[in-house]
Amino acid sequence: LETIPPLPDLLPLYYRRLFPFSQYYRWLYYGGVQKNYFQNREFSFTLKDDIYVRYQSFSSQAELEKEIQKMNPYKIDIGAVYSHKPNQHNTVKSGTFHALEKELVFDIDMTDYDDVRTCCSAADICSKCWTLMTIAIRILDRALRDDFGFQHLLWVYSGRRGVHCWVCDEAARKLSVAARSAVAEYLTLVKGGEETVKKVVLTDPIHPFIRKSLDVVEKYFTDYAHEQAILGHNKSVDKVLALVPEDILFIDFQSEKTPEKRWDLIKAKASMKKVGNPKQQYFQEEIMLQYCYPRLDVNVSKGVNHLLKSPFSVHPKTGRISVPIDLKELDKFDPFAVPTISLICEELDQPRTGEKESEDKKEKENENNATERRKIRDYKRTSLAKYVKYFDQFLDGIACTWKGELLKKSGML
Amino acid sequence: MEFSGRKRKIHTSPHAEHYAHALQFYEQPPTENICLSEFETFAVDRVKLLKTVENLGLSYVKMSDDYNKKLNNEAKVLNFPYRPDSDHISHFILRLAYCQTEDLRRWFIQQEVDLFRYRFNDLGREQKLEFLHRNNLQYNAISDKEKVALKDQLISSSYGLSGVTIEHQDFYKVPFQDALDLVRARKVYLQAGYVYIPHQDIITIVLNDFRTKLSKALALTARSLPAVHSDERLQPLLNHLSHAYVGQDYSFQKNVGKISLEQIDSLSGKSYPLCMRQLHQAVRENHHLRHGGRMQYGLFLKGIGLSLEQALQFWKSEFIRGKVDADKFDKAYAYSIRHMFGKEGKRTDYTPYSCMKVILSNPPSQGDHHGCPFRHSDPELLKQKLQFYKVSPSGIEQVGESNFSLNHPNQYFIESQRVLSGGKDIKREMETPQRLQENSAGSTAAREAANASQDLAGMTDLDSIFQDP
Repeated sequence: LETIPPLPDLLPLYYRRLFPFSQYYRWLYYGGVQKNYFQNREFSFTLKDDIYVRYQSFSSQAELEKEIQKMNPYKIDIGAVYSHKPNQHNTVKSGTFHALEKELVFDIDMTDYDDVRTCCSAADICSKCWTLMTIAIRILDRALRDDFGFQHLLWVYSGRRGVHCWVCDEAARKLSVAARSAVAEYLTLVKGGEETVKKVVLTDPIHPFIRKSLDVVEKYFTDYAHEQAILGHNKSVDKVLALVPEDILFIDFQSEKTPEKRWDLIKAKASMKKVGNPKQQYFQEEIMLQYCYPRLDVNVSKGVNHLLKSPFSVHPKTGRISVPIDLKELDKFDPFAVPTISLICEELDQPRTGEKESEDKKEKENENNATERRKIRDYKRTSLAKYVKYFDQFLDGIACTWKGELLKKSGML
Repeated sequence: MEFSGRKRKIHTSPHAEHYAHALQFYEQPPTENICLSEFETFAVDRVKLLKTVENLGLSYVKMSDDYNKKLNNEAKVLNFPYRPDSDHISHFILRLAYCQTEDLRRWFIQQEVDLFRYRFNDLGREQKLEFLHRNNLQYNAISDKEKVALKDQLISSSYGLSGVTIEHQDFYKVPFQDALDLVRARKVYLQAGYVYIPHQDIITIVLNDFRTKLSKALALTARSLPAVHSDERLQPLLNHLSHAYVGQDYSFQKNVGKISLEQIDSLSGKSYPLCMRQLHQAVRENHHLRHGGRMQYGLFLKGIGLSLEQALQFWKSEFIRGKVDADKFDKAYAYSIRHMFGKEGKRTDYTPYSCMKVILSNPPSQGDHHGCPFRHSDPELLKQKLQFYKVSPSGIEQVGESNFSLNHPNQYFIESQRVLSGGKDIKREMETPQRLQENSAGSTAAREAANASQDLAGMTDLDSIFQDP
């Protein structure tokens, strides 16, 4: 492992010259449609020595920048929009300070798949199990858009072992706790803790949501199962067989040595089953789902006041930036190619190319905007650029909704 | 409304046309005058009714034939409500008693919703429609064309719908936020944020509506409570009513210091309910426990008498053996343990989870050891566990059908300890047979261990409350 300069050295540089504050503010300001939306938003910071501070809030972009640059947080979390400024919550009459709105969020963590991945465990990930995240994103993105009607979804790499989804539609932000938990349950198919062997049970009728999710899983399953050698070693074969109905447990794997042939055998038995016992007719689908279907943490999605790691926050353990994921390039996304804070800080130091020099001159001509322009150019010179650009596109998308709202409010529509 | 069905005459009252149909949303408060004794009687009788609703909901699947029959019978026995206006008034009185805390509100809403559901289902189809229209419930039916286009999706979304039934009934397009129960259970077709509900299922939306309205109303009621409490005639009664529900929450501090850490391992073998035994074992084996498990087990330990210092020592000594060093423990975990004991943050002294809470909230997922083994584990695995813990084979068979009322892990612990120490105070009361839905409680395992009938002090007997000096 390369020796990484310690975070305390890099964070000041990151926050002064790279963190995309104006896009960030543009996002959380939400067009100013609702008064004090940004001012009443809670942020929390994890500072050095594991000091954790909640109820941070800011009255403007400038104040946000100043504070962050002063505190150099290791981690930034975003919470809810409250009834009052969070940093004044102690002055508010007891019982009246409460969370009003927040994006609907999802957190998919690779550790939750430990019982079904053979390549890694705990905090480790690799390209083989990353497929699980790809599957998760495809399934959830489709469902949130097609089934629930949401349109403005921001998927973000968490920086180490998972992904987050921020659903930013106005309707999503206004959802109650009960509604959030209902959405999360609708999206849940894998249930049970350490003690549960069979975690997916399907019965007729198969809901269109399940059908469509299976379509996605099927696309990836054969290759994924092969890479994971699910039907390769005895131990993992046993795990699969534990999910197969008893009476066809008699699958003779001795004659079939390759994992592909073994899966074919299972599929063949499964299609025979379909005319048999109605309770067991979907075991093949159940196996696929248990191995690949997204596992989300309902508690993260339920709470209106739940704090979640902010996009563009740095992951303290890996140094990777929590970057937005462009779904158009999802199959090519490589978590190990995501820029680290040390990389982009390094890139900043690189000499400027020729084409930047003319801009330099313009900068000298207009000292007022110098700082801004330098900052804008700074992240563009680094690997962070394409992620900020994508974030901009995302913001352009929601901006249309704000414009509509503002026009309505001003009586012009 | 006639509780027992369609044939009995509806009693007339001064407000006959107003109450022609007693099923209602309770949106308008009553305006009549009643005397104080009626105030008391109405309230007590309604609590009994709601208690009946609660008990039956534990023993039988709600809305099943058994459930409906039993509720019908019990209501006849109670003979309440005697008139539609007593139903109306009693509901509003109980709002006063049950609006004060989150727990009370939750309980009251749950029983009222179940009661409402029972009554609504008891109506005939025409009566149902009439009720909905009278209450201005807006829902839009989709066109036949749209129905045809969606036919396959609709069929595969709802159990019991066929091409024929789809043709013959209306489907309503409702925003998903208004049909959360159907969405949560995936019982309905969802597209672009709208659910498509067959007429036969409209009750779920109605209930949602009812629940939301009642919840808001209770919040409002809570704010006017000081004025009500200033009336000396009402305050004692209202307090009695709310305590009648709460029963024991096992948060008493008088147990503190009676348990030593050295005893815990042996106690876990002798007097822990299965869920806690499982958690304890997980802690000992993995030297770690996730948040859900820490909460469930940590609060249980508090309930059996562990002090804050002992708890910190217990968790720390285990976690240190795992991957956590002392420093990290102090920073990351100690706070939440102190929080459990009410020493941080809001300073709420959290109460140990009841069985209902364990079963219904926060189901375990991968990596978790909390929850209720009788609800959350594989039946096979559960059998093995019980065998391992030396429950006799006949005891294991009986786990399917039990007659014991266990509704709190700490209750199990107390009973077990009492029996093991040759307890003299065991009451031999058996009230309505109770069992949790589907699988039964750790009840039979408890019975095996305790080998006696159990103290049902936790289940209220309202009469005893009102006999207090």
